Amino acid sequence: MTNSEATTVQDERGFWKDTGKTGITSWIFSTDHKRIGFLYFYTVFSFFLVAVILGILMRIELMAPGRTIMGPQTYNALFTVHGVIMIFLFILPGFQGVFGNLLMPIQIGARDVAFPRLNLLSWWIYITGAATIITSLFTGSGPPDTGWTFYVPFSARTGTNVTLAVFGVFLIGMSAILTGLNFVTTIHRLRAEGMTWGRIPLFVWSVYATAWVQVLATPILGITLLLIIAERVLGAGLFDPGRGGDPLMYQHLFWIYSHPAVYIMILPAMGVISEIIPVFSRKPIFGYGMIAMSSLAIAAAGSLVWGHHMFTSGMSDLAVLVFSFLTFVVAIPSAIKVFNWVSTLYKGSISLEAPMLFALGFILLFSIGGLTGLILGSAATDIHVHDTQFVVGHFHYVIFGGSGFAFFGAMHYWFPKFFGRRYREKLALAAWILLFIGFNVMYFSMMVLGVEGMPRRYYDYLPEFHALNLTSTFGSWILFAGMVIMLVNLFHGLLRGEPVERNPWGGATLEWSIPTPPPTDNFVEEPVVTHGPYDFKGSGIP
Amino acid sequence: MSSITPEQHVVSYGKLAATWLALMALTVLTIWVSFQDLGIFRVWAALSIASLKSGLVIAIFMQMKYENRLLKWLLFLALATLAIFIGLTFVDVLYR
Ligand code: HEM
Ligand SMILES: [Cu+2]
Repeated sequence: MTNSEATTVQDERGFWKDTGKTGITSWIFSTDHKRIGFLYFYTVFSFFLVAVILGILMRIELMAPGRTIMGPQTYNALFTVHGVIMIFLFILPGFQGVFGNLLMPIQIGARDVAFPRLNLLSWWIYITGAATIITSLFTGSGPPDTGWTFYVPFSARTGTNVTLAVFGVFLIGMSAILTGLNFVTTIHRLRAEGMTWGRIPLFVWSVYATAWVQVLATPILGITLLLIIAERVLGAGLFDPGRGGDPLMYQHLFWIYSHPAVYIMILPAMGVISEIIPVFSRKPIFGYGMIAMSSLAIAAAGSLVWGHHMFTSGMSDLAVLVFSFLTFVVAIPSAIKVFNWVSTLYKGSISLEAPMLFALGFILLFSIGGLTGLILGSAATDIHVHDTQFVVGHFHYVIFGGSGFAFFGAMHYWFPKFFGRRYREKLALAAWILLFIGFNVMYFSMMVLGVEGMPRRYYDYLPEFHALNLTSTFGSWILFAGMVIMLVNLFHGLLRGEPVERNPWGGATLEWSIPTPPPTDNFVEEPVVTHGPYDFKGSGIP
Repeated sequence: MSSITPEQHVVSYGKLAATWLALMALTVLTIWVSFQDLGIFRVWAALSIASLKSGLVIAIFMQMKYENRLLKWLLFLALATLAIFIGLTFVDVLYR
C-alpha cells in the first residue's frame, strides 16, 4: 500500500494538531483513542516512576542488617504502596490503557474503539481511583501496611487507612471492566473489510484475550474488596472464624481474581513480543494460529489455578493436589509461545535494534520467571520457599523482566510512529545493557537469598544474608541508571530526534501503512486488508 | 463493517401470563418441598426449582430466548465461569 500523496494533504502533525478544543481540555475530554492512550501513558508512567523510587528506597534499607534509613512501620508501608501502585496503577491498566488504546483500533483498521466516550470514562474512573488511593496515604492514621494482597485478618484489624485504599482499588477495577467490554466489542464489530480473524495481528489477539479476563475476573476483585470494607466498617464477621466466618475464603476470592490478573499483565506483553520478533527477524511469525490460540488457552486455563498461592494456608490436601496439577497445565501454552518465538528467530535475518533487544530480554527473563514459577507451583518445593525473597525474585522476573521489559520494548517500537522522530540507537543499547545487568544482579540475588531462607516483607535480616543483600542493592542502582538513560534518550528523541518515514522498521501491520504521526481519523480512506499481518512480501516490504 | 439491527421481539400477553403462572406454581412447589423430609436432597430440590425459575425469567421476561447466538454464549460463559469458580473452591471447603 503506497499512498504517499495522501501524506502531503494530511497536516503533518496528524492527531497532535489542535482539535478545536484548547489546551488541556483537548486532552482530558478527548474521545480520540490515541489521545486517551497518551493520557493513560503519562499517568500510568508517572506512577511507575514513583513506585520505582519506593523500590530503590526499600533496597537501600536492605543494604545492611538493622535499621539503615527507616523503621519497620515505614518499610511495611513502602512495600504495600510500592506493590499497590505497580500492580493496580501501573501494569494492570498500563498495557490495555496505553498500547491497547493507541494501537488496537489502528491494527484492525478502525477509526476508533466501539464506545469512545465510555473509553474516556474508563480513564476518568481510573484517575478517580488513583486519587482515592493517594488520598489514603496522607489521611486517616497512616498509609496501609497490609501488603498489596490486603489479607485478612490483618487488613480487617490494622488501624491504618485500608478502607479508603481498598475503595480506590475497587474503582480501578471498574475502569478495567469498562475497558475490557469496550475492547471485546471493538474487536468483534469494527474490523475493516478483509480483516478476518486469521489476519488480525497477534497483539490484537492478546488484547482480546486480556479484555475477556478483565470482564470476567475483575468483578470478583470488586466484590472481595467491598467485603473487606464490610468487615472493617460494619464488623460483618465474614472472615472471622469466631463468628462463623472463614479467613481462607478471603484468600480464595482474592486469588480467583489476582491470578488471572497476572495474565492481564503478561498477555498483552506477549502480544507486543509477537509483533516485534517477526519484524526484526524479517520472517513471518512461526505458528500464528498456535500463538493466537495459546493466548486464549492461557486466559482460560489461567483462571483455574489460583490455589497455588495457598499451599501453606491450611486448605485441603485434595485442593493442593488439584491446583498444583492445574498450574502445570498452564505452563504448556506459555511454553508454546516461547518455542514459537524462538522458531521465528531461527534463520531469520535478525537486526538487534532497541525493540528487538527488549524482546529478547523478555524471552530470557520471562522464561526464568516462568520456570521458577513451577518451583512455586509444586506443592512440595513451595513449602520451603513460600513467603521468602525467592517469591519476590520470581515475580519481578515475570512482571518486571517480562511485562516491564515488553512495556519498554513497546515504547521503543511505536515511539517513531507516534512522535514522528527517532531516539538514538546507541544510547538505547547502553540503557538496555544496564537495565539487563542491573535487573539480573538485583533479582537473582534475591532469589538466592530466598532459597537460603530470608523471608519477604521484613526491613531487617540475619547478618549472614548481608553480602547478597548488598549485591542486590548495587544491582538496583545499575538498573536505575539504565532507566534514567533510557528516559533521557526517549525525551531527547521526542524533542530533537531525526524525523522518520511512516514505516521505519518495515512492519506489515496496518499502523505502518498510515501517515506518521497517525491522522485523527487514522485512515485517510477506509482500508481493505488483502494480506496477513506478517506477510512482508505480500505488503511489498523488502 | 457489519451493522447491528436490533430486532424488537414482541411477546404475546398470553405467553407472559403463562410464564407468570408457571412461576407462581413453582413458588408453591418450593414451599411444598420445604415441608417434605428429603434429607440432604432438600437443598438440591430447592436449588433446582430456583434455577428453573430464574431460567424462565431470563428466557422469557428478559427475552434471552429471542436473542442471537452470541449473546446466549456470553451468558453461558459467564454462568459457567461462576460455576467453575465455586466448584473449585469447594474442592477445598468440602475436603478440609
Ligand atoms: C527499580 C524497580 C524495582 C525495585 C527496586 C523493586 C524492589 C522491590 C522490593 C525491595 C520489594 C519488597 C521485598 C520485600 O521485602 O518483601 C518489592 C516488592 C514488590 N514489587 Fe517491586 N521493585 C521494582 C519494580 C517493580 C515492578 C516493575 C513491579 C510490577 C509491575 C513490582 C511489583 C512489586 C510487588 C507486587 C511487590 C510485593 C509487595 C508486597 O509484598 O505486598 N516491582 N519490590
Ligand atoms: Cu498465581
